[in-house]
Order: sequence, then structure tokens, then C-alpha cells
Amino acid sequence: MEFFHQRTHIDFIGNRYKFFAVSGIITILSVVVLAVRGLNYGIEFTGGNVTQITYEKPVAIHEVRLDAEKTASKDAGIQQFTGTNTFTIRIKGEGEGSAESVDKFLAELQAARPDNKFRIDQKDYVGPAVGKHLFRQALLAIVLSLLGIVVYVAFRFNNLVWGLAGVLSLVHDVLFLFAFYSFMRSEFNLTLVAAILTLAGYSINDTIVVFDRMREKMRIYRKENLGQVINQSMNETLSRTVITVLTVLIAVVALYIFGGPVIHDFAMGMTWGTILGCYSSVAIAAPLVYQFEVGHGERAAEGSAPAAGDLPPAPSPSEAPKGPQSSRAERRRRNK
Amino acid sequence: MSKLQLKWAGVLALVVLSCAALYPSFDWYSKTPQERDRLEAGRLRPRWLLNLGLDLRGGTHLLMELDVTKLPQDADIKDALDRAIEIIRNRVDQFGVAEPLIARQGERWIVVQLPGITNTRSAKEIIGKTALLEFRMEDDTDKGRDARTKIAELGDPFTHADDGTATITPAAAKLVPAGDALFPGKENSFHLLKATAPVTGAMLESARVETGQNGIPIVSFKFKPDGGRIFGELTAANVGKNMAIVLDGLVYSAPVIKSPIRGGSGIIEGNFRMEEARNLAIVLRAGALPAPVKVIEERTVGASVGEDSIRSGLFACLIGGVLIVGFMLVYYELAGVFANFALFLNLLFLLAMMAYFGSTLTLPGIAGILLTAGMAVDANVLIYERIREELRAGKPVRIAVDAGYDRAFSAILDSNLTTLISAVFLFQFGTGPIKGFAVTLTLGLLCSMFTAITVTHMMFHAYLANRGVDKLHIG
Repeated sequence: MEFFHQRTHIDFIGNRYKFFAVSGIITILSVVVLAVRGLNYGIEFTGGNVTQITYEKPVAIHEVRLDAEKTASKDAGIQQFTGTNTFTIRIKGEGEGSAESVDKFLAELQAARPDNKFRIDQKDYVGPAVGKHLFRQALLAIVLSLLGIVVYVAFRFNNLVWGLAGVLSLVHDVLFLFAFYSFMRSEFNLTLVAAILTLAGYSINDTIVVFDRMREKMRIYRKENLGQVINQSMNETLSRTVITVLTVLIAVVALYIFGGPVIHDFAMGMTWGTILGCYSSVAIAAPLVYQFEVGHGERAAEGSAPAAGDLPPAPSPSEAPKGPQSSRAERRRRNK
Repeated sequence: MSKLQLKWAGVLALVVLSCAALYPSFDWYSKTPQERDRLEAGRLRPRWLLNLGLDLRGGTHLLMELDVTKLPQDADIKDALDRAIEIIRNRVDQFGVAEPLIARQGERWIVVQLPGITNTRSAKEIIGKTALLEFRMEDDTDKGRDARTKIAELGDPFTHADDGTATITPAAAKLVPAGDALFPGKENSFHLLKATAPVTGAMLESARVETGQNGIPIVSFKFKPDGGRIFGELTAANVGKNMAIVLDGLVYSAPVIKSPIRGGSGIIEGNFRMEEARNLAIVLRAGALPAPVKVIEERTVGASVGEDSIRSGLFACLIGGVLIVGFMLVYYELAGVFANFALFLNLLFLLAMMAYFGSTLTLPGIAGILLTAGMAVDANVLIYERIREELRAGKPVRIAVDAGYDRAFSAILDSNLTTLISAVFLFQFGTGPIKGFAVTLTLGLLCSMFTAITVTHMMFHAYLANRGVDKLHIG
């Protein structure tokens, strides 16, 4: 079986401004959503209490709210898992000794409904100091790993421009995922930090495969138009890109549907992130490399915008130059 | 033996080793819980075991902070923390928790994980008690009696905080004579005691629960020889006076010394419930913490929730795995079989390594395994697409296969290494389940580099070595 029986001839480079526009809109929307809605930090980062209880018999959420109002803790936020008797009760940032006060609250809540016992599924208390510490650690992990990836890409491809292009497309994906969680009002906790870092790793993974092919092609077709080389590299790796995205999608969608509530948000974000990550490596990262190398400050290149055609047959491996990449200046010259 | 045969022997050896590493876990989890508890008590738990995280089996995770401000000025904080961990470990062991984890985290934090314990109150009581036991004499001078009457007129001389600590009010503090200290007793009483404590719990040798008069539990204790001598001298010098037994700043009882106590043993009465007395005996036996500890994070997962998580996590893994395997079969035919075999080996090696390192499998860890599976086939996809290209260019099968592996390698290496970078940071800065996720992701990537590249390549070689095979079923 094969998805692309025919060689594809998609002109990624020629359409790069359309892609840039789409991604620009996505990025701006992401920033706006983040600025307006903010992140719904979980107690891991803010400190406080979350308790999950399940009643034996059905009970409506407003009844539980009424019960809660009669108790000493008035600020309890109560949510219901749709279609179940399970509720989460959140009491934010109460400070010290609040683990005990929650026990008292739960006892009072149970006393209000003696004929319908609940069991405590889960009880989390995080002190404010710990929350601050965990938040700092998470932020550090995200920033450092993004930095690590940039350095690695720049080093491996021996060119800061490639690292920059890779990272811009990566930041685009990561920003989107932040905004997605902000929009969905997902509780932003350590699991979601893991989702973001995994996506970062995966997205750059995709980018690198495309870059790797571009690097290889550039060595062989030193004299050809850069845009054409990039285009063909991406078309050749397209079927691989689609297939790996499919297999990862299978995994995360399976987690999303069957993985249970704990990793629900993780899997949901990963699903959308994977799709966007695939798009950005093909439609953003590689065209950005072209833009930085050629389009930037060299309007002459625009006129001879490359057609998405086939390159002449590759020289046999023995003839292909094995030396280091041609210098930037050299490539510019040939693109003029 | 040819080179290929040697390689196969190597893979076979790895498979056998992996099975050996996984056998203890398999054996352990097929036992009944009762049997596991019995072996646990006898310290017969196998060393190489794939542990289940608290989120998968229920239990309590506590993060405690050592209050270093209560340490003496010149104290070594690191040493105090180590001692606190040792003491907490002793207490938890005596409390009878299977497979507890007690570890240091950061400068002054201690992680305590108690699998299976979902009623945290009494566990917290045992772990958090400072267990600073002191024997102090009551001030029975005229001045002391005078002060006591005046303090009593104030009403309650203490302000009580939520967590059970009592602070003396400024008004009462003014009335306490020099050389004395005011202590709260049980049931809102107070005691005016000497500021010095000649005998402390550090001099104790043992403590246990006994049944006193009226069937009320009491805690009996025995001093070490030195302590017994000092205690004997103290009681001999103060016959007829009250001696207060103070634990963690609270007076439990203040009996009159009827005669010198020379035997080096005594009792604490305090209107205990049985459980209270038992817990007190445990903390006295295990010794006093160098400074108070405070719970700063507490997570409890009900056992049934853990079971649900395991079930849904494994089910998701199964469905996802089957779909990926099926897709590879349909899309790459025979080559897909090779890739699936490599994927299977990948999971086997991954689990074996986790068991060998005694890693903890958490729910995010299970997600990590499935994600690894999704990404592990990536390497094969890269290679196979490359082989297809070479075949399309008209190369003979054998050369196309080798070229495919050759050319895909740098992309595979680069892409895996970048993912490793983020996994390393996740491990470094993550806690609990996130660490578990990072571990599975890292090990999974390392395994997949080996299985997806080496093992499948060997399979191609073995297949193509057959006489007359000159066509490859790669979809």
C-alpha cells in the first residue's frame, strides 16, 4: 500500500507567504487567547486543595453546592464529571494547616447527606511554597529544553539560520499548545508541562527529518536553485511525514479516548499539537530557511521564484561532493 | 559463525536476559496481595521489580519540610535532614507499611510515599510527631504558686493554632517567673514547669503499650543505663513533688513522685485511646526528630481509582498498539512484519530495563510507553520510505535495502537525540509521575534506536540471504 503513488509536486516555497500568514494568524490568536484567558493553574503551581469524591447515588451539582455553602469553607469550587456521581472540590491557597481543614470540610459535607455516602477517590494538598518551587522548576525545564534543542540543531546543521528556523516553528507549536490549554480551561499542571515538552521534542523531530533531506540534496545539487531543492526535499519526505504523524496520532488518540480522565487533557493537547507540529515543519521551518537564506534582503531572488519541478538526475554517488556544505555566500550567488 | 549469526546470537541473548529481568515482576504481580504482604514482612521482596506508582495502586504521597529554624544555631542542616529521614524511616517501618519510599528532596524536604495507606491521619501523626519527650519538675516554690494563681485568673494563657500548636499570650508570658516555663496540658490546663529538662527521650531504650488500671492503655518505657541513673537521682531528690511528662511541648501527665524510681523504667498515662498509645510508643522507640516537620504537600489516591487508571491505561495501550501494528502490516507488508517484531522487542527491552533499574511505572509512564511505540516506528518508516525511493530509482533489492539504512541513519539519530534532550530536562526538573514519564521516554528511545535499526536490518539480511529472493514486499 502507498499513499502517494504519484510523486507530489507541491510548491511549498512558492506558497510560503500564505503559510507564513496562516501561522502568523495562529500565533497572534494564541498570544491573544493567552493574554485574555491566562492559564488555569492547577494547585500544583498555586497551592491549595483538590478532592475528588464519588457519591453512591446520583446527586445534582447544585445540591452539592448547597451542602458546601452550609459548611465552614465557603469558597469551595465544585465541578462534576459529566454523567457520573463524581465531583471535584477545589479549595485554593488556604495556607497552612489546610489539609486538616479539608478533612473537617469533607466530614461536614458528608454529614449534610447521611443517606448518600461518598468515597474519597483522590485528595491533593499542595503547600504554597511547594507550588512556587514546582512552577519555577517547570518553567526552567521548558526554557532549558527549548534552548538545548536550538543549540543542538544549530550545531548539527552547522548553521545558526537552520537552528533559528527550527526554533521559530517550534515556538509556534508550543505557543499554540499553551493557548489551546488556556482556551479549554484545562488545569495547567505538571502533566501538561510534560505534554508541551514532548510536543517540542516531536515537532523538532519532524523538522529535522526535512532538514536532513535538504542538507543531503544541497550537497548533491550544489548548482541548482535553492528553492527547487527545498521543494523537492519536502515532497520526497512528505509520505514519510504523513505516516509518522499517523502512527503518533494513533497513539495519542487511543490515549485520548481510552486513557481515562487523568491523561485526558495531555492526550487532547498532544493530538492537536502533533498535527500542527507536522504542518509547521513542512510549511514553516523549511520555507523559513529559504527566506533567511535567499528572500531576506535579496529581492532579486523573488523574480526567479522556483518552480516545483524535478531536478535533473542526481550525479552518481562517487561524483557527489562529499565536502562540507557550500557557504552561504556561494548559495546566494547561485540563486541570483 | 558468520557475522550475521553472531548478531542474532546477541539479540537472542538480550531477549533471554530481558525475560529473566522481567520474571520476578511477573511472578510478584501474579501472587495474591496477602501473599505479597507476607513476603514483604519477611523482607523477601525481589530486588529487580517493576514498581507501580501510587497513582496506579492507591496510597499517600507526603512532602515534609524540616523546620530548620528550630534547629540549634550551629547545627548541620544536611546532617539533621539525614537523621530526620532515618527516624521517619524507622517509624514508618514499625507502622507496618509495605514498600514505603522515604527520600530526601532538595535542601530540607523529605518525600514519604505510603502505598496502600489512604487514611492519612494516623500516618501523618506518626511521621510528623517531633517526639521530643522531656521530664520536667513543677515549680512548687511560693513564687511559683503565686504566679500560677495569677495566670489562672487570665483565663486561657495560650492562643491555639489550627495545626495544634499553642503559643503563650504576652500577658501570661509576663507573669512567668525567671527560670520557669509555661506548658499547655491536655484539656485546656496549663503547667508551670522548670525551664530545664534534666531527662529527655534521647535517654530512652524502649517503649511499649500496656493496659493500665480500668483498661486504659498506657505507654511504658525503659531508660538506657545512664538515663536510668539520672532519672533515679532526680526522683530521689524530689519525692513528694510533681514531675511533668512533656511530649512535643504538651504535658501528658504530671504524677506525684511517691518514692525514688531506681529501676530505670516508668509509664506515661494520658487517657489514651489504644491507637494513640500505639503510635506514641512507635515514635518514642524510633527516637526524636531533630526539628519539627510540616506537611507541605499531600496527595492521596484511592485504591479503586488506581485500579481504574491501570485498566484504562493498559486498554489504551492495547488499542493503540494493535492499531499501529495493523497499520504497519497493511502499509509495508513483509517489511511491516519486521518493524512490528522490532517494536515488540523494543517494548520487551524497555520493560526489562525498567524492572532492572527498579523504576516506577506511573500512568503518565504508560502514556510514555504508548507514545514511544508511536515514535519508535518512525525510524522504520524513515528507512522504508528510503528503500522505496531507492527501488523506484531502479536499484537492486539488496543494494536498495542497505542504502536505505545508510541514508536514513543521520535523520534518525538527530531526531531521537533532540527528543532525548527534552526527556533529560523533564527528568531533571520533574517530580513523581513526570519523572516516570521521562524515564520511559528515554529508555524507550534508546531501545528503539537499537531495535528499529539493527534488528530490522538483520531481518532483511536473513530474508534476502535466501536463494532466489530478489523481490521485497514493502507494500
